[in-house]
Amino acid sequence: MPGPDASPVSEQQAGVACREPREGTAVAVRATLKRDLVLMLRRRSEVLNPLVFFALVITLFPIGISPDPALLASIAPGLLWVAALLAALLSLDSLFRSDFEDGSLEQLLLSPQPLPALVLAKVAVHWLLTGLPLALMAPVLGIMLSLPAGSYAVLALSLALGSASLSLIGAIGAALIVGLSRGGVLLSLLVLPLYIPVLIFGAGAVQAAILGAGVAAHLAILGALLAVALMFAPWAIAASLRISING
Amino acid sequence: MWAFIHKLGSPKWFYAISARLQPWCWGAAVALILVGSVWGLAFAPADYQQGNSFRIIYVHVPAAFLAQSIFVTMAVAGMIFMVWRIKLADMAAAMMAPLGAGMTFVALFSGAVWGMPTWGTWWMWDARLTSMLILFFLYIGVIALRGAFASRDSASRAASVLAMVGVINIPIIKYSVEWWYTLHQPATFSITSRPAMPTEMWLPLLLMVLGFYCFFIAVTLMRTRSEILRRESSKRWVRELAAEEGT
Repeated sequence: MPGPDASPVSEQQAGVACREPREGTAVAVRATLKRDLVLMLRRRSEVLNPLVFFALVITLFPIGISPDPALLASIAPGLLWVAALLAALLSLDSLFRSDFEDGSLEQLLLSPQPLPALVLAKVAVHWLLTGLPLALMAPVLGIMLSLPAGSYAVLALSLALGSASLSLIGAIGAALIVGLSRGGVLLSLLVLPLYIPVLIFGAGAVQAAILGAGVAAHLAILGALLAVALMFAPWAIAASLRISING
Repeated sequence: MWAFIHKLGSPKWFYAISARLQPWCWGAAVALILVGSVWGLAFAPADYQQGNSFRIIYVHVPAAFLAQSIFVTMAVAGMIFMVWRIKLADMAAAMMAPLGAGMTFVALFSGAVWGMPTWGTWWMWDARLTSMLILFFLYIGVIALRGAFASRDSASRAASVLAMVGVINIPIIKYSVEWWYTLHQPATFSITSRPAMPTEMWLPLLLMVLGFYCFFIAVTLMRTRSEILRRESSKRWVRELAAEEGT
């Protein structure tokens, strides 16, 4: 069952009685999911900090621009999306960092199961505890920015869909810089240009909902972006992790 | 065929071949750019709408072409390096990146200068200018990532992965930005659809584009040659070459 990219351990693994290959992968993915969920839930501040950051950034805009509800309502979709995007970006640095520091990332790389499947599990947990809460919180902040009624559900839905792509794309950048001691600013430099299509269609969906136009097209394109990211990103993340660990 | 590619992949052989190619590329570049710019700037007829300011096109368009092609070339070189481990491809990719970033800057700058007489403003969030700006950030990301690693091998592989991720994203970014712009297009600044150019206008443009490509090839050959000498400085053939030059 060890694939070509698990060559360092293949000889040791050959001696161990392996389960059916497919089942082995499923077990490993489930174990990774559970481990990451438990770890994240034990470090609650890491789950809460992006949410607090999101709320704080949104608080800055009325103070910096104007408390006028009409003005705020006109820029609210973009503000909410940009602030959520930045909050998701800031949480990315911790995605692989602690695993890298305590060595469990190396164990993940050495495991005979396909690495793309395992990193996909890690990214899924990241989205579940960062992207999804941000999406659920956005409508509340939308009320504070006097976002026009009728667009709240679309805001949450577009953020939930879009933040999954953001987590996948961002994980490539996080994997590339995990071996560097100070990668924070570099991470945003690598990842932000790649976030732009998601931002365009995410904020566009909310705008369309406000204008009363159909939002299905925007959401469909967000879904398409997610499908493309799901197809390519796990392999890019796996390759980047191997580069970072071996370097 | 394969033997030829393997031979081309050897730095020593490439160093010898490129020494013969280089003067021709420089000659073609200088001749084409000279003829093209004199023809374009002095003899081509002025535009009936924009007057002489349209002549910026002779720098702007070739630079924009080159900015995009260099990124694609860089990603292809990165892929060749990742798949076949041909170091030469990585050397060329590393040497192309600053030139590509420079060309993107030239395209942006000449676009801004051109915008002043035609649109009455230095910058507007035009679809093409915006996607060019994002391309510039992508270049900066690749260059910064390469510089951030201590080990050269990790740096090369990380930059290759990022270039490949970027090149998948470029069409997505380009089309989403165009789509975004058609939604937000301000009515006051719309550019009238330009009529097809007369031959005496586009012929010098063609010469300039070809000249810029020759310039790119020549500069890449030259810089790759010096990079070969730098990276292979401990190899015997480089030492022998240095000894020959010394005497």
